Amino acid sequence: MSLHEVFAACRDEDRAALIGYLPAGYPTVSDSKELLAGMLGGTDEAPGCDIVEVGVPYSDPVIDGPTIQAAGDTALRAGFRIRDLFDVVSSVADAGRHAVVMTYWNPVHQYGPAAFARDLKAAGGLGVITPDLVPDEAEEWMTATDEHGVDRIFLVAPSSTEQRLAMTAKASSGFVYATSVMGVTGARATVGDKAESLVRRTRAHTDLPIGVGLGVRSGEQAAEVAKFADGVIVGSAFINRAEQEGVSGVRALAAELGRGVRSR
Amino acid sequence: MATVHDAQHDRAHRPGRPVPEGHDPDERGHFGPYGGRFMPEALIAAQDELSAEYEKAQLDPEFVEELARLLRDYAGRPSLLTEAKRFGEHAGGARILLKREDLNHTGSHKINNVLGQALLVKRMGKKRVIAETGAGQHGVATATACALLDLDCVIYMGKVDTERQALNVARMRLLGAEVIPVANGSATLKDAINEALRDWVASVEDTHYLLGTAAGAHPFPVMVRNFHKIIGEEAREQSIEKFGGLPDAVVACVGGGSNAIGIFHGFIDDPGVRLVGCEPAGHGLDSGEHGATLSKGTPGTLHGARSYLLQDEDGQITEAYSISAGLDYPGVGPEHSYLKDAGRAEYCAVTDDEAMQAFKLLSRTEGIIPAIESAHALAGALRLGRELGPDATLLVSLSGRGDKDMDTAAKYFGLVDEHGETVADDADGEAAR
Repeated sequence: MSLHEVFAACRDEDRAALIGYLPAGYPTVSDSKELLAGMLGGTDEAPGCDIVEVGVPYSDPVIDGPTIQAAGDTALRAGFRIRDLFDVVSSVADAGRHAVVMTYWNPVHQYGPAAFARDLKAAGGLGVITPDLVPDEAEEWMTATDEHGVDRIFLVAPSSTEQRLAMTAKASSGFVYATSVMGVTGARATVGDKAESLVRRTRAHTDLPIGVGLGVRSGEQAAEVAKFADGVIVGSAFINRAEQEGVSGVRALAAELGRGVRSR
Repeated sequence: MATVHDAQHDRAHRPGRPVPEGHDPDERGHFGPYGGRFMPEALIAAQDELSAEYEKAQLDPEFVEELARLLRDYAGRPSLLTEAKRFGEHAGGARILLKREDLNHTGSHKINNVLGQALLVKRMGKKRVIAETGAGQHGVATATACALLDLDCVIYMGKVDTERQALNVARMRLLGAEVIPVANGSATLKDAINEALRDWVASVEDTHYLLGTAAGAHPFPVMVRNFHKIIGEEAREQSIEKFGGLPDAVVACVGGGSNAIGIFHGFIDDPGVRLVGCEPAGHGLDSGEHGATLSKGTPGTLHGARSYLLQDEDGQITEAYSISAGLDYPGVGPEHSYLKDAGRAEYCAVTDDEAMQAFKLLSRTEGIIPAIESAHALAGALRLGRELGPDATLLVSLSGRGDKDMDTAAKYFGLVDEHGETVADDADGEAAR
């Protein structure tokens, strides 16, 4: 199944897709596989995430807040290597579920963009979100992702001009990642009011699904975002729950958020 | 002087003059394969605004004149060109000319860039400035410009550096800046930049990130270079006027590389002048503890630009080390990467010990205590002078003064004990070492 089909299936159910983020290798490679499975599984009462965003732990995560940076540091200290990423993605794909990767550009640049796209495809990964790679600099990445059939998901921000929204949407495939606030990742008490207008502005330029990330932490917020977005992306809240309660905690949060995206 | 140029061919130099064609990056800020904009989309609009404002400003006589006035009447430009005769005796007898950026207001070259950017902040109508600093020179300069131009100022500084440079922290606070120690990662300059970028993503509407070196995303590398080009332009004129020709080589320290790119650009069209950048080799190039990005790094992306970096095979940025907080950075400005590959500039690496010996030597022979950053360039000049011999003329960028480094130097040379108390001199005028 492609990202296009995953979003289409959610649309058929008249709901938004739930996308949960966790760094690969957090707190260890095998534990991260279990946590991701838990996020995708939900509970007996309620299903969990439709898609997981597998993060690449990175030394200099400039758009991530303290929660994700700390989780990434934990993974790196536990010995995470880039090759482990593909192993983690395989564990999701082998279970018949859907994974995209979120990574800063330098690890991809160093691995080789073509090799990265090839190996991700082989592992069953569907797409890549690149928070510090804008389409203006992505020529090599466009070629690599086209060649290997991997979706490339670029970000739009409340500060993006109409021209940049159009250009970024055109360069994207799979979905467009709309950052709900001007700020770094992290669970917030309220989702920024800029999110809805950003989605509306982006939608004027594309038929691609639009996912909203940065700041969502509760079922209530997920329901609020699901009213205007095609996907609800949750990161730091999963890490907090994983840290406190492990697999059962992320299952419960996924179920709560899953109910949220179904309650439009 | 080995290379004498006809004065008629000299370009007219004044601050703010548009850059000659041929040395600018392309529209997207690429110097060959380096530079560009590898940064969150949220910041692109601000970079576009900055590019547009900078383009306009450098063609606006009012801006050019205001900056020239501040550089002259506030910063103290032009800075002197001092011949260091006794020091030169130790450099194979070579003639050593020191470009005295240490004599600028706030004690380093950094003031050239902060005055330019602070004036741009005023033009953009922003009220708040954030900046990062390693050794504190850029932080002090930024806090100074913000005090002068009535801007709110927040300085991010690695926690390790706040301890190494406590006096500069006090200085910034006295000037009205808020100093935020950053404990993440290696708690040095790289981490301070990360934290400043995070602040900027959340505050970009009313805040300017006043980057302190010729690195980062476009237009920072070209803009910061142009604000520092005055170093090289003055030095070139002074070389010709006072010493009858151009030097054989221009030597400067390279961390991010702002003073080096500024002085290099005065001579970049003079093929007979070697451009030599000196990087920190820390405990040695093979020790794993150094900041020699161009000597030991590989191309990658960090802090918004593609350039040489210290990184592992997974692309994780590795920690840089130098006795100088100002050089302790795992990246370098993209134009230096370009000049290295193009062969126009050459880069060498200087260990902590070599730099500290040069630091002491300049103090003893010339009565000038240099910044430890600048001491790396002095060590490079000692090496180069011994190689080229007494006919050589070397121009060295003395990028800053050493007051801020006295604590480090006193400990290094054993001039104080572990409690900070003075200890008795030995015959050589120093204690433990």
